[in-house]
Amino acid sequence: MPLPSYAGPGEKLWYYSFRVYCALVFLFLILPILIIIPLSFNAEPYFSFSEGMLRFDPDAYSLRWYLDILTNGMSDRDAPFGWAWISDSWNNAQWIHSMRNSFFIAIVSTILATVFGTLAALGLSQADMPYRNLIMSLLIAPMIVPLIITAAALFFFLSDLSLSQTYTGIIIAHAVLGVPFVVITVTATLVGFDRSLMRAGANMGANPRTVFFKIVMPLITPGMISGALFAFITSFDEVVAVIFLAGFEQRTIPRQMWSGLREQISPTILAVATIMVTLSIVLLTVLELLRRRSERLRGIAPQ
Amino acid sequence: MTDTTIQPSDVVETDDGISLKVKLARATRRNKLRALALVAPLGIFLIIGFLWPIGAMLLRSVHAPDFGEIMHRTAVVIEAWDGEGIPDEHVFAALVEDLTQAKEEKTIGRAATRFNFSMPGTRSVFTRTGRKINSIEEGPYTEAMIEINEAWGGHEFWLNFQRLVEPYTARFYLNSVDYRIGDENEIAVQPEERQIYVKLFVRTLIMSLIITTLCIILGYPISYLLATLPLRYSNLLMILVLLPFWTSLLVRTTSWITLLQKEGVLNDIVVGIGLVADENRLQMMFNATGTVIAMVHILLPFLVLPLFSVMKTIPPSYMRAARSMGATQFTAFRRVYIPQTLPGVGAGSILVFILSIGFYITPALVGGQSGQLISNIIAYHMQRSLNWGLAAALATILLIGVLLLYWLYNKIVGVDNMKFG
Repeated sequence: MPLPSYAGPGEKLWYYSFRVYCALVFLFLILPILIIIPLSFNAEPYFSFSEGMLRFDPDAYSLRWYLDILTNGMSDRDAPFGWAWISDSWNNAQWIHSMRNSFFIAIVSTILATVFGTLAALGLSQADMPYRNLIMSLLIAPMIVPLIITAAALFFFLSDLSLSQTYTGIIIAHAVLGVPFVVITVTATLVGFDRSLMRAGANMGANPRTVFFKIVMPLITPGMISGALFAFITSFDEVVAVIFLAGFEQRTIPRQMWSGLREQISPTILAVATIMVTLSIVLLTVLELLRRRSERLRGIAPQ
Repeated sequence: MTDTTIQPSDVVETDDGISLKVKLARATRRNKLRALALVAPLGIFLIIGFLWPIGAMLLRSVHAPDFGEIMHRTAVVIEAWDGEGIPDEHVFAALVEDLTQAKEEKTIGRAATRFNFSMPGTRSVFTRTGRKINSIEEGPYTEAMIEINEAWGGHEFWLNFQRLVEPYTARFYLNSVDYRIGDENEIAVQPEERQIYVKLFVRTLIMSLIITTLCIILGYPISYLLATLPLRYSNLLMILVLLPFWTSLLVRTTSWITLLQKEGVLNDIVVGIGLVADENRLQMMFNATGTVIAMVHILLPFLVLPLFSVMKTIPPSYMRAARSMGATQFTAFRRVYIPQTLPGVGAGSILVFILSIGFYITPALVGGQSGQLISNIIAYHMQRSLNWGLAAALATILLIGVLLLYWLYNKIVGVDNMKFG
């Protein structure tokens, strides 16, 4: 809303101070995330800017913490770079190990959550669905119940099944936590869904299966993918359940950061955090592109 | 045939002779079943992997069979004890047998821990007796036991024993609101130094309220700006809200540790510009302040996103109409705009409040002593003290609070209308 030309001085003052206030809030939101990026290139093991960094002295910056991600935990970190070094890092470096765990757990639990969640969302959007609100509340509940309660409950449950400290246990937990996001996003896609398209398909002789794969699927795919991305990031970020359920073997990146922050704090964490921020920027971009595509497909013109 | 019966020709029939009503009912039922079948896999998955475990854990808050199972012989005979003085020889004989078996099965430690929760300082009675239990070969057992440890001659000690062998108990709930079962089986207030849980619940509520209020103060103006700016700019600014939303919780907590710690960026800045001397750097972390700042940052997007989507639907012409009728900018905003945004404020603030009363990670990392919330003490009892019954009771109280708020949220917004981004 631009300032109208008839605005008085009081209104002008209000207008500009409002803008300044908003700018400060936006800075509050974004600065803490951006500040760790330059700090992760610090040549010194400090969590603050050294004088050299402020003078933009190239020597004050280094990639040593990024190298540390690759080498910390290797059996021979001073070995010459080569295939042996890469395989040592891949197999032994702690952070690399956690990254592999994080991706593996997140991908499998995302697939589970997406398949279950999409089916349920399709069911929920049927006009004849009985107890719709009750079921919907149940499906969203894992997002509302405090994580500590879910994690503690699953700890007892999975211990009884001797599934604690296994990948299976964590994957089940993360699938449970990711489901609400898939249900919500796919249901939202189906709200604007034009059901006459399905009837038109059937009218023209397609059987229900063909209608589903040729008409319904392409339309809900964007919602499904964004739901899957939410489920992925939920699992990728999740640490409470991992603290309770994972052994040393199943450590994920957030779990490693958690113990890093509690025990021996090192700027390697900042380097890892920078990589994670980059990952979320990528995911955010994909999500935005999907949203635009979905709007175009469903014929909602961008305003 | 009388006039009141319906002629066959009155009922609408399909060509295979079945009434349309019946066919329609069948089709509806088929649709219902199909819808249910689609939801069923997820429903079953969540019942097994979510509802059942939570229910089973909540049961632990009233059901604690551990001690009674280890002391199973004593549990049977002590029922006959009238609660006067100390139990008779039968009970002691059974106790010696139970302790001998527990020693072989290495369960004395577990029993001792359970006993210690309800009567602090008694752990060693069990472990010490366990070490010497093989020296008792024959009766009278009463004297022999009291010889080993005089606690076995204590009246209150035995009353507690009698309570503990019961599989069902209310003591965890009493403990979690700072009461206990007294020495004479009465409900008593915990001693001063052990009254921590009510304080913690109150602190959790107050801190959540502060966080929610701060989120509204910070979030309302920027949601308004985002909703009223032209789409080109608002899309760009929206990234500033969405990026933190999508960034890992641990990463954001790390950032705040970097900023707030004594050798951190903020302290370096205030020392650098001479506001504060180097030796008295500000303590912004490991206290409630640090927790509040970091949690407001983490939860702010959860307020802005629903509020923004509500504000987006308010036509700007309403404000213009109010102004054209003589209202000042302020009056128009207060009387016309704000009331229309209340559903969004409600939705966002309940969401923020729900999330903050169950928060665990950030308080644990930046909270120190004074910034701990109820989740942290639940985690403590789960992992360190292993008092699972108490953890379950605290968790149940927290869960009931959250579910009440969730119900309220449903009333105001409806789960269907929950959206992200």
